[in-house]
Amino acid sequence: MEVPILKQGEFLIAMFQAALSDADLENLRRGLLQQVVRFRSRGVIVDVTAMDVMDSFASRTLREIAHMIRLRGAETVIVGIQPEVAFAMVQLGLTLEGVSTALDLEEGLAYLIEKSKIAD
Amino acid sequence: MSAAEIRVPIESDQDIVSARQAGRTLAIEFGLSGVDATFIATAISELARNILAYARKGEIMLRAIHGSGRRGILVVASDRGPGIRDIQQALRDGFSTSGSLGLGLPGVRRLMDEFEIESRPGRGTTVSVKKWKQ
Amino acid sequence: MAKRESSPKDSGARNNQAPELASSEAPSELLRELVAHLRQNRTQLREEWVGRISETRLLTAMTKEEIFAEATSVYDSYVEALETETFEALQAYARNLSERIIPRGVETHEVVGIVLLLRDVLARSLFAKYQTDFKKLNRILDAYEPAANRIANTVAVGFVQERERVIRQQQEAIRELSTPVLQVRERLLILPIIGVIDPQRARQLTEQLLRGIRTNRAKVVVIDITGVAAMDVTVANHLVQTVEASRLLGATVIVTGLSPEIAQTLVTIGVDLGKMNTVGDLQGGIEQAERLLGYKVMAVAEAR
Repeated sequence: MEVPILKQGEFLIAMFQAALSDADLENLRRGLLQQVVRFRSRGVIVDVTAMDVMDSFASRTLREIAHMIRLRGAETVIVGIQPEVAFAMVQLGLTLEGVSTALDLEEGLAYLIEKSKIAD
Repeated sequence: MSAAEIRVPIESDQDIVSARQAGRTLAIEFGLSGVDATFIATAISELARNILAYARKGEIMLRAIHGSGRRGILVVASDRGPGIRDIQQALRDGFSTSGSLGLGLPGVRRLMDEFEIESRPGRGTTVSVKKWKQ
Repeated sequence: MAKRESSPKDSGARNNQAPELASSEAPSELLRELVAHLRQNRTQLREEWVGRISETRLLTAMTKEEIFAEATSVYDSYVEALETETFEALQAYARNLSERIIPRGVETHEVVGIVLLLRDVLARSLFAKYQTDFKKLNRILDAYEPAANRIANTVAVGFVQERERVIRQQQEAIRELSTPVLQVRERLLILPIIGVIDPQRARQLTEQLLRGIRTNRAKVVVIDITGVAAMDVTVANHLVQTVEASRLLGATVIVTGLSPEIAQTLVTIGVDLGKMNTVGDLQGGIEQAERLLGYKVMAVAEAR
């Protein structure tokens, strides 16, 4: 399944779809990292608004994405987790600890901009 | 009242998606809320994931059920895999926010209203969970 | 195969057969005979039943026309259940009927009452019809009674279940009204919790709060539990989950009014209070929230 990765200045925006299989998530992880390197992005927004279920594998993948992107000196923020998905996640004990989160694309961009300004 | 049974064979990671989508659809069609449906779909995802990881194949069965005047969804995850040696241990883990290792069974139990598990080493595992319309 | 004495069609023309021959009828034969009798005498029996209903002053919440209309449906469903010996259609009808009459104020004893009255009216008509053949009457009753009782049970249970569903709905509505999520400033939500929280209410609070964060685009939430006397481990876990889930939506949670007892409970379940944002009272919590929100704005200005 193709996941659109958009470039917004120094940042990348990846819109995760619903119904991503494990294989899709793996491909995404690799693809995203490639793009970060290619464009020397300073930050990545992963928009999961469309994901109606976030299970342990998805959660682990997101944490790995954030970790790898940080190794490249860039920041990741996850946006768009739906209220009921968030509720289900914490019941399973998935808290995305160590990964930045924001409400939506707008908030995510604001966060990345602020972070990169502080870093400069 | 006879209710249709939906059986989803679990043999690949794509099947995990199919199973949880079927669960969500069934829940919504049967009148459960969006939150209930998300909880059910998430639980199915974890249970199906366990099947793949430990038994390589199995089945998720879904059924709309009635009980005490309420509607609910029954999910039965079964496999003929190696089974769980120590069920008590698998069910422990308390409320700590680990969620990364093991079978995630305490989490599934928290998501659903009723939880039953049967497992014997060498014979396989069956997890039955129910969620009632709140 | 038992010898048949007579077919249902000629139940009107009964021969004077010796009792020994009559004993060979199968129960389903008898039921068919019974159903035919009930159908033939439908108008009269139904009238009698409606009469008994008003005599005993049941269904006072409904008009005569309504009672008559419902009585017709109930009568027909009753006979159909007897005939088919299946109860799904009756169950569905009972739920349907209940949905209609509960808002009218009809109560359980009334529904049970009218079904039992129908049972009696029909039984009496059987007595009248077979009074000359005591053995036959007994066999007909043997066939009738279990089915009639099951019907009464099905209707009563269907009604009660529908009532319980309505009550649950009402309780839910009350709970929703009594737990407001307040927006006091932009991007700031306050959730004051008062009283006893059971796991169900806790779950509902979490749902409402998370939805509120999304709708109001809140960045900070102040959960005030000054008014909560005690919290068991389950609910305490719920509080922790609420804080964690809020963070997933990009919101910071400040908990205010934490009593020493509840603080202890949280520590018991393994919460690192140092990591949780807590402030003594609501006012202090709001001040800190404003600082958090204001601080963000200042930082961007300074960095320029």
